[in-house]
Amino acid sequence: MNGTNKEVWTLAEVRGKTIHPVSKELLAWGRELADPMRVPLASILVGSGVAPRAEELIAAGADKVYIVDDPSFENFLCDEQVGILEYLTDKYNPSILIASATTRGRTVMPMLSARIGCGLTADCTELSIDPVSGRLIQTRPAIGGNVMADIKTRGRDPQMCTVRPKSKRPLDTDRSRKGELIKVSPPQSLLGSALKFLGFTPETSVGLPIQEAEIIISGGKGMKNAKNFAKLEELARLLGGTVGASRMAVDLGWVPYSAQVGLSGKSVTPRIYMAFGISGAVQHIAGISGAETIIAVNHDPEAPIFRVADLSIQGDAMEILDALIDSLKKEQSERWTLTAD
Amino acid sequence: MRIAVLVKQVPATDSVKIDEKTGTMVREGVEAELNPLDLHAVEAALRIRECRSEGATEITAITMGPPQAKKAAAYAVSMGCDSGVLLSDKRFGGSDTLATSRTLAKALKKLGPFDIILAGERATDGETGQVGPAVAEFLRIPALTYVSSIDELDEGHITVTRSVEGGHEKMKAPIPAMVIPVKEMNIPRLCTLGGKLRAKKTEIPVLNADDLALDEDLTGLKGSATLVVNVTYPQMTREGRKILSSAGTKDAVKAIVDLLEEKNCLEAAR
Repeated sequence: MNGTNKEVWTLAEVRGKTIHPVSKELLAWGRELADPMRVPLASILVGSGVAPRAEELIAAGADKVYIVDDPSFENFLCDEQVGILEYLTDKYNPSILIASATTRGRTVMPMLSARIGCGLTADCTELSIDPVSGRLIQTRPAIGGNVMADIKTRGRDPQMCTVRPKSKRPLDTDRSRKGELIKVSPPQSLLGSALKFLGFTPETSVGLPIQEAEIIISGGKGMKNAKNFAKLEELARLLGGTVGASRMAVDLGWVPYSAQVGLSGKSVTPRIYMAFGISGAVQHIAGISGAETIIAVNHDPEAPIFRVADLSIQGDAMEILDALIDSLKKEQSERWTLTAD
Repeated sequence: MRIAVLVKQVPATDSVKIDEKTGTMVREGVEAELNPLDLHAVEAALRIRECRSEGATEITAITMGPPQAKKAAAYAVSMGCDSGVLLSDKRFGGSDTLATSRTLAKALKKLGPFDIILAGERATDGETGQVGPAVAEFLRIPALTYVSSIDELDEGHITVTRSVEGGHEKMKAPIPAMVIPVKEMNIPRLCTLGGKLRAKKTEIPVLNADDLALDEDLTGLKGSATLVVNVTYPQMTREGRKILSSAGTKDAVKAIVDLLEEKNCLEAAR
């Protein structure tokens, strides 16, 4: 119906001079759309000194990479990004544009939507092509994950959406894949920003940001105090995970807001979500419905979180946490001893 | 200095329960409230006014919704905003984020100019977080998103700290600018009795599509570029294994370790 050969695009995310892993997840999404549409899959790479990295996107599934490499793009400045994306979409007229629902994607995509007058769907967890119309079906949780809404875009293309980080695994890297690298030199007028980047201070907390974490160790009011949260960090360190928290624990000042899981915090999609001393308010549960496996520890046998958990442990959160840490450490040291032999 | 705060009325999630049988959220009879994340935007505006040593600061809360959404603007007034405006019209109904942003931007142009526009990170009902940045773009002003603190503000510029993945970044922008706070920026104040009385006496004007000179094709369902074509209700509850406290800590820990093992999540620990 919509029988064009217009491309599917993904917006690569650049940190410094490297390509952030979510860019590869986006290509896994993109392949699932480009293949049934029989159109090329292209990635948009905008940054400073990033051109040498373009092959990584080909290896991750892209057929083409449009490269805009200019010192002007050293920092992510939203006005400049919107300008370049408008230029690229006007010039090449893609059918679909997908970005990651990171702070960048969630800033620049709504701006682009307003700039070019195209629809935008936030935070999708499923994408597919309608076999009849050939249009993009964007599925996203609504009303706190209680409803899944299928959304279509009408009017002018591209059909645009952001997808949740970690909701799809990247394809296996294939260095033998061949693709086309297209260097784009934007007009000088598009370079430069009204904004000024003044510096970045990394967070000192353990692990990845919660939205990117594969394992999340969360605590709630049942952790009783800020000091006990250190135990969660210890467990997170042991398992290679990240500490999360309920709204209550954040409101009590035990953990920073960046760790808050739920409707007024972040929605997360880890492989394992462990909840210690979290009773499971609706808002919290809404934020963890995308978790693959949920383990909950709570003293109250009626805690609502037990209704959504794959493993529910009734008991004292601190006692179980201590015993679990001990058990993992013991196993670890035994293994090390074995290896040493 | 003139500040506008965009606020939205949402169903009060604190009073929402899950239906045991269907596993869906019960929304009937649920009270409405001001979107919790918008409270931080209102608080930020009030603090700007309090911090400014020279010149007057005037704060206007703007909301869009059905007639009863007037309450959201009134609540913002009771917290300390000077005035409130409701954008309400049947023709606005069914607006997606693009149509909503366009409508709000029209209102901001009509009621403005504003030096600072504040908006909540996202609403707890729609959860898109798209309206703030899109409004900024319709006005062609910078969007400072995920702001955890406002560090400096003078007649020409604003300097903020943004909370992004893995840390905080500092950014300076010319004003007018859109500032979208995250929760960590402040603790919103409660409204005082005096504030409530003042809100009662403050008339909230209502603007419709004609007042905004907004073409019918650009707002509401007609002006929307996205359409919900299907809705499904996923099962939220899971049939999980339960271990009671009577089983003892040892068994509980073993169950956790076994499950982590089964899911291949013990590599790091080894």
